[in-house]
Amino acid sequence: MLHETSPLAVLIFAAFVVGVIGLSFWLGRKKQSAAAYYAAHGEVHWFVNGIAFAGDYLSAASFLGICGMIAFSGYDGFLYSIGFLAGWVVALFVIAEPIKALGRFTFADALDAKFNSRGIKMAVAISTLVVSIFYLIPQMVGAGSLITPLLGLPQSVGVVLVGVAVTLIVVTAGMVSTTWVQFIKGSLLVFFCGILTVMILGRGLLVNAGRPGTEDLTPQVKTIRPDGTVLIDGQPQTRDHDLRPVGTILRLPERYAGQTATGPLKPLEYLAALGDSTIVTWSATRHSDEQGTHITYSPVEKKGADLLKPGGYFKGLSSGTLAGRLDFASLMLALFCGTASLPHILIRYYTVKDGAAARKSTVVGIAAIGVFYVLTLYLGLGAMTSGGLDPTDTNMAAPLLAKSFSTTLFAIISAIAFTTVLGTVSGLIMAGSGAVAHDLVENVFGVPMTDHEKVRCGKIAAVVLGVIAMALGILFKNFNVSFLVGWAFNIAASANLPALVMLLFWPRTTKQGIIAAVTVGMVASLGWILLSADTFEKVYGLSRDLAPMPFSQPGLVTIPLGFLVLVAVSLLTPRRAEGNGFR
Amino acid sequence: MADGNETTTSRLGLALFWIYVALYGSFMGLVLVRPDLLSWRPFGGVNLAIASGMGLIAGAFILAVVYMVARAGR
Repeated sequence: MLHETSPLAVLIFAAFVVGVIGLSFWLGRKKQSAAAYYAAHGEVHWFVNGIAFAGDYLSAASFLGICGMIAFSGYDGFLYSIGFLAGWVVALFVIAEPIKALGRFTFADALDAKFNSRGIKMAVAISTLVVSIFYLIPQMVGAGSLITPLLGLPQSVGVVLVGVAVTLIVVTAGMVSTTWVQFIKGSLLVFFCGILTVMILGRGLLVNAGRPGTEDLTPQVKTIRPDGTVLIDGQPQTRDHDLRPVGTILRLPERYAGQTATGPLKPLEYLAALGDSTIVTWSATRHSDEQGTHITYSPVEKKGADLLKPGGYFKGLSSGTLAGRLDFASLMLALFCGTASLPHILIRYYTVKDGAAARKSTVVGIAAIGVFYVLTLYLGLGAMTSGGLDPTDTNMAAPLLAKSFSTTLFAIISAIAFTTVLGTVSGLIMAGSGAVAHDLVENVFGVPMTDHEKVRCGKIAAVVLGVIAMALGILFKNFNVSFLVGWAFNIAASANLPALVMLLFWPRTTKQGIIAAVTVGMVASLGWILLSADTFEKVYGLSRDLAPMPFSQPGLVTIPLGFLVLVAVSLLTPRRAEGNGFR
Repeated sequence: MADGNETTTSRLGLALFWIYVALYGSFMGLVLVRPDLLSWRPFGGVNLAIASGMGLIAGAFILAVVYMVARAGR
């Protein structure tokens, strides 16, 4: 769909970016030490750090991806929410305090605290970079898909804009500015999602979303001709002749017989009423001929109750195939184990002063993130029935939901979605910058650096990573963003979690065991992903059947593999010297 | 580093961790094996799928608060 650009949206968005960058320059006005750049001196208040956890973690995938998935496929998006939140249990109960006690600036510091091994630092630094880059891709793609409807600019401009803004935020004051940007973003995101949810409940459910034009349920055809021009139902696409927005309620529950609106509903009433309604969702089929690629969007009438149960997106669940179920189980295991292995989350434990502050900030993080995920369910379902969805773009569901209320709200939500990307990407660039400058250059290659040079080295690494992020964002533009984040979780969980957990709980762990587990976990999960059916279809453009892997998500196999390799290699290598044991 | 405090963290933390693993695991098991049960609507029209999802989110928060309070009281 072609979207109207609103000058107000541009204004709010520009003010936001200028404000955040201005704040960063202000925070970075003084000369900085390495402790300030990498860990904000360890002086961030636990509450601020807790909300910054939310700002770090609630990425474009959470906000745009999950909303879109719920809006188009129903309940299954909520399964991502459940898995994303459950991972924090591992972070709080198992990882938080030891990681705080063992490390200084980076995750490699903690893993290596007992061994002082260049091999460990190198393996962990590389896995940090791989995970950060895989996580960066969906963030940048999300930024690109927002810029077109918001400012009417090409996708690549959005990617470059985010890349430049984030690089500026990181190089001005490192972890200090990153923390404050994430705090602001986390607060705004939860607050405005709350407002949107109140408005959704206040509006209740309306037949045909109360909007004229949405009752038309004839299929729509978009044709992309070989020369790149776009036809809608056989005529050139213009503002006046475009795909119709979709996503409506066809019939309300029987108790509202004869009415076209339920009026305001309480949170549970809303879910119950939706379950008893009949809803129209739209699905796409494509075929190509000599005239171009034709994508047909057809309405499907569904019972609300069917949309509120698992199986709409994860087809393997509804079809009941073994591979489909294993794929799902694997994803849910990776989400559970992955959160506490994500480098950009782990480094946030170094910004608070002690173990108690680490604990308290995690609890604040869990509260903010948990509330957000419950709200996302309402946002997704509200978008599903808002009559304003763009059938071509699932990632636009949340901003278009806001647009169904008012263009002002659309402008605010779009600006926030954009900041969402800024907050998470700055955390990722920060983690990558630490891995390159602190772990690789300083500790592995042993380049002697003064404190000031360490900061400069980190900033140069941040700029390089920013450029890589922009290039990847343009390359991978046609992906649903949640899907890609699943990959990052799989790699993080497979490479980092076995080493981290065994180091803490198994005294026989050796440095060779850690190096082997990190390397094998990373290579195996990455290799599996590159050879999976999803990658064959969506990245290489090949048939799914050619892929050698039985299912797409590797975690179910590669996480246990990491543990197995660690135990085997540790038993084959000499014990640590006495007195060096962790406990 | 290896003071007694670290060990108590592990014990209480691990107990709560395994409680959550049991809850999360049972829910995912239901989704995988008996998804039909999740369509059951006992809670004023809200189905088991949504109720247990919300329960898992609230449960994580409750266990986190229990942990924080217990640790602070030491």
